[in-house]
Amino acid sequence: MDKLISLLYEDSSLSVEELSAMLNESEEDIKKRIEEYKKSGVILGKKTFINWDKVENSGVTALIELKVTPQKETGFDEIAARISEFTEVDTVHLMAADNYDLLVTVRGKSIQDVAMFVSRRLATIDAVQSTATHFLLKRYKENGVELTDEEKDQRSMML
Amino acid sequence: MINYEELLNENIRKVKPSGIRKFFDIANEMEDVISLSVGEPDFTTPWHVRAAGIESLEKGRTWYTPNRGFAELRSEISNYYKRRFNVEYSAEKEVLVTVGGSEAIDLCIRSLVSPGDEVLIPQPCFVCYEPMTCLAGGVPVIIETKAEDEFRLTPEQLEEKITDKTKLLILPFPNNPTGAVMKREHLEGIAEVLRKHNIIVLSDEIYAELNYGEERHVSFAEIEGMKEKTVVVNGFSKSYAMTGWRLGYALGPAELIAKMTIVHQYAIMSAPTTAQYAAIEALKNGDEDIEKMRSEYDLRRRLMVSSFRRMGFDCFEPEGAFYVFPCIKNTGLTSDEFCSRLIREKHVAVVPGTAFGESGEGYVRVSYSYSIAHIREALKRIQEFLEDIKK
Ligand SMILES: Cc1ncc(COP(=O)(O)O)c(C=O)c1O
Repeated sequence: MDKLISLLYEDSSLSVEELSAMLNESEEDIKKRIEEYKKSGVILGKKTFINWDKVENSGVTALIELKVTPQKETGFDEIAARISEFTEVDTVHLMAADNYDLLVTVRGKSIQDVAMFVSRRLATIDAVQSTATHFLLKRYKENGVELTDEEKDQRSMML
Repeated sequence: MINYEELLNENIRKVKPSGIRKFFDIANEMEDVISLSVGEPDFTTPWHVRAAGIESLEKGRTWYTPNRGFAELRSEISNYYKRRFNVEYSAEKEVLVTVGGSEAIDLCIRSLVSPGDEVLIPQPCFVCYEPMTCLAGGVPVIIETKAEDEFRLTPEQLEEKITDKTKLLILPFPNNPTGAVMKREHLEGIAEVLRKHNIIVLSDEIYAELNYGEERHVSFAEIEGMKEKTVVVNGFSKSYAMTGWRLGYALGPAELIAKMTIVHQYAIMSAPTTAQYAAIEALKNGDEDIEKMRSEYDLRRRLMVSSFRRMGFDCFEPEGAFYVFPCIKNTGLTSDEFCSRLIREKHVAVVPGTAFGESGEGYVRVSYSYSIAHIREALKRIQEFLEDIKK
């Protein structure tokens, strides 16, 4: 994989200057490559990385397994697109799994809120055969970053 | 009252406590210090290597090992030097497993140096060679490497310092603290001088795997005719991120290794058993880990060099180890002043070049054995510090 992508994934605030130094490429090349990644939809934007467990009133998150009947022409795509439209829905992934097809992350104010959303909005879609809802209790690691309090650097100063 | 000073061995009295401790104490007491001062990897030992150590404990393998180290480990070390550096050593007779490269250095110096013998030490360098020489009653002869020579030892400098008392040359490359490396052509030059003399070389190759140039590390023992004059010191600390396991080794002519083994046998018995099991796994299946860490260090190295240069420091491009050694003379401060003020005013710890010998004056050692985020924050503060100085 292109190291430029993994560096930007880790820290979007890295400057072109810094990237150019680290990757030993000219600043022009780095700029050009980033532009291309943006154009082709590889780089979609920058967001702030938040630990929701530390945000007050951030509500609850649930993972919902959906078993779905694929549609004639579009397979799972059309259903997935429909589900993606809900603002309550955070992620939608098609899975290779034993007993479900789509894995959907939903965020809501409360457990009831999420449960209502699932039963009224997701379960009622024709192609959806069944749903299974799992509530998230605690985040330990997200986007490659450990969220538990960082251990102090235990190395001593040494020559 | 007992006067302990009077009772002490005359050689230990010659070794002065290092002034750097004071500085480290300040840094250690301070909260929120951003340190760029450590001399060890930030990576933890690769999991499969730790697992091998754990497994040996689970199986209750808690005894001494043979004095020289496990036969399997010696054989893996021998394979490794052949595979990576193209030098062949007999696992039976030419390999000794030690407590870190540190012990191997000690053994080599103690086995060779008699009172009055001269030991050539290129500085700036790692701190142990000079006191170890003094402890053996030897005379350290310092050779100051220069920025304009990219901190390499030159044949001319070497020739100039050789006398009929010269016993040992320390060849510490890739170098801590400068990051300098000696490429094949430079080693050839040194070898050319040594062919005329009866001098043993202690080649400290502990940073051999952390080499960022086009050419891989060249072991001094690989140079024509040098193997019989060379004791190679290496270990697991830096290449496999195993500092705390305390394991290293010496490779050299059978007669020398045999004598070093005698000292080792009486002083140490055998190197740590658990660490030896882990090291076997590291050598068998760890080449990929080395490469992963090396390429990560390389990114950070480039970031550091370019940042220091952009700030206006003269910064030689280090091709080895995990340090940069920028020149701070244009700030008008000495190394000590620079480091003390930087830690007091910006809470960033870097090490004065003088900790590695007087010739380190005007330089500081900055370690990039830290995450990129950590390095960026520290560099930002150093930039602020510079702006404050200029005011
Ligand atoms: C140049 C050099 N040699 C040897 C050592 C000793 O390493 P160890 O005893 O952990 O193998 C160090 C440690 O910092 C070093 O920098």
